[in-house]
Amino acid sequence: MRLSEEQQMLADLAERLLADKASVDTLRAIRAASHDADYDHALWQAMIESGLTGILIPEAQGGMDFGLVSAGLVAREIGRRLALTPFLSTAVLGAIAIRAAGNAEQQADWLAKIAEGQLVVALASDESSKHRPGRIATHATAQGDTHTISGEKMRVLDGPNAGLFVVSALLDGAPRLFAVDATDSGVHVESVTSIDTRSMADLRLDNANAQLLDAGENALDDVLNAGRAILAMELIGLSRAVFERTLVYLSERKQFGQPIGAFQALQHRAAHLSVEIEISEAMAFQALAAFDAGATDATQQILVAKARAADTARLAAAEGVQMHGGMGMTDEFDIGFFMKRARVASELLGDANFCADRFARAKGY
Amino acid sequence: MSELEEFRAEARSWLEDNCPEQMRESLATEDEHVWGGRRWQFSSDAQCVWFERMVEKRWTAPAWPVEYGGAGLSPAENDVLGRELKRINARSPVSNFGFWMLGPALLKFGTEEQKREHLPAIARGEIRWCQGYSEPNAGSDLASLKTSAELDGDQFVVNGRKIWTSYADRADKMFCLVRTDPEAKKQAGISFILLDMDSEGVSTQPIQLISGESPFCETFFDDVRVPRGHLVGELNQGWTIAKYLLTHERDNIGGEPPGLLKGRDLGQMALEAVGADAQGHLDDPLLRADIARLEIDAMAFRALVEQTRAKAEAGEGVGARSAMLKYYGTELNKRRYNLMMDAMGGLGLEWDSERTGGGRYAREWLRSKGNSIEGGTSEIMLGIISSAVLELPKG
Repeated sequence: MRLSEEQQMLADLAERLLADKASVDTLRAIRAASHDADYDHALWQAMIESGLTGILIPEAQGGMDFGLVSAGLVAREIGRRLALTPFLSTAVLGAIAIRAAGNAEQQADWLAKIAEGQLVVALASDESSKHRPGRIATHATAQGDTHTISGEKMRVLDGPNAGLFVVSALLDGAPRLFAVDATDSGVHVESVTSIDTRSMADLRLDNANAQLLDAGENALDDVLNAGRAILAMELIGLSRAVFERTLVYLSERKQFGQPIGAFQALQHRAAHLSVEIEISEAMAFQALAAFDAGATDATQQILVAKARAADTARLAAAEGVQMHGGMGMTDEFDIGFFMKRARVASELLGDANFCADRFARAKGY
Repeated sequence: MSELEEFRAEARSWLEDNCPEQMRESLATEDEHVWGGRRWQFSSDAQCVWFERMVEKRWTAPAWPVEYGGAGLSPAENDVLGRELKRINARSPVSNFGFWMLGPALLKFGTEEQKREHLPAIARGEIRWCQGYSEPNAGSDLASLKTSAELDGDQFVVNGRKIWTSYADRADKMFCLVRTDPEAKKQAGISFILLDMDSEGVSTQPIQLISGESPFCETFFDDVRVPRGHLVGELNQGWTIAKYLLTHERDNIGGEPPGLLKGRDLGQMALEAVGADAQGHLDDPLLRADIARLEIDAMAFRALVEQTRAKAEAGEGVGARSAMLKYYGTELNKRRYNLMMDAMGGLGLEWDSERTGGGRYAREWLRSKGNSIEGGTSEIMLGIISSAVLELPKG
């Protein structure tokens, strides 16, 4: 996969911006500052000013209208720096849901607000501890021209900060997407902080007013697939970052009179990991490009990319901790932060087992 | 239509007209591969017709320059031709170590005279080449090889033995690494020479593998005389060529497996062999999971192969990528054969039954164990990656 000039410029921009604004130190500061997790407002503001919030939004609504490959380039830098931003929830999942399923008025309103950085959107699809998007008990009822919606959702990423929720619910027995205003009196948000200091929420909807995002039954799948692809890129960036740190440690840490990286037992494991990372990154780029090109097997490719990236990131983090020895177990060293983020990003929108099962079903076995 | 598209259309139509139907089926066994050479006998008319037409068309070595027996195709045209051949699942009309190893080496390191002598004969399938690299005491540590070649006037006198020589007993000629300076540091005393297997003093002995087959030989040299003009490159500079070719060999090994699994979906094979449960899934949930994980890794691996090919075509250095592809591709292949055996159950245990084509499941599975050994072991590949890519300290 070759990047276009436009994509290369974007990659450079994202790298500079994230390198400048985000680090494990800023993550530590946010963790220390509040009981309930929050995102990095200074970073998000800088991303808004650079136009990154509008990366998947049409130019008519003030966006850049780039593709998923471009969004992935940003996500890779987010993963590399463990940045806390609502990029996935708002600029990807929210933007794609509204763009694909919203009517003209909804698009004009919400997409413009996302691009301008005035609106955080959160996707509420999961109702159980494991990601099973087809398991929906939340239901909507038609009230004349509008709808009300009731049910309980969990693991709603950036839920505590959201102004708008995109919610999956059954309407006449079929799964559909709805938009719910966070200020509605039927919306109850309980903040949940994840192990990687991300802000999530349990969401209870009690006859909340909802607008139908009218794009049929597959809309949710399309949104989730885009999210999986972006998470794959985030996991790739994370893998690269944790591996770079581990390599430095292997060269610097001395035991038995030599750098531990001179021991073949560790060299071979590091070499194996580097191959896994190269393969997973090539796959992720190929899958994102397939999505942008509307390829018929794009969904399969994305499932493969997410499964691979999740396994690779967890291996990279686990090897990172092990090769850092006792220091890898300390909170003082940064490695543990990567392990936590890898676990969360692997689980979100379907872990490797989920992806492999879907992949096998589609292949007919 | 662009020139490339015109070429595609021409190639497609020519192949439609000239590739016999029987040559569009995957090889049933390795025995059906056409190696060529002085003693070659075709096993079917279709094999012979396909060979002769492709030789005439110069598409047996399509990218080689016209003056050396090729068709002089550009890299892009060669890529198109490769895709068109794959599209109709065409068999290779002829190939041996001359095409994929010696040819590239001569193009890069050979003299004008050597190119004109050897390359057209390779392209026409007239000479079957074998490779003399490993020795009983020089495997992973190839540079410690001891087979000697002493200059006596305008001839080398070669003594020693080689091992793991593919089909040495059927080859016409060998390209061979020999020690020409026993005093020098080990890599610095090696030369690359060409010798005729019919020379006096050359003998071969097949080695039976765990698969029951004998694709490899030991080769013995007893005062074998080789003209000095059969030296490729400079004297004592053979290691450079050897390294170049090892990279080439690794690129070839990273490809799709031949034989039973070629073009087959392992999940479907397992479904046929094991059966489905009430939901229509493979009735062995843990095998199903293993197969899905393998296919996921295989698809991702192909993405890296494609990316590497694109980089190479664009003229970017791909560095130690070939070590990565060799390592992962061969390990993947072994996993695939293990899972095939899991799927086939009892049929995989049969050694010479008719219904298994003479124990092909077992034999191919056993043969696959060598993939991560030949052409540089997985451990050697990991060592190359760790020093050349990761730049970890030397032990």
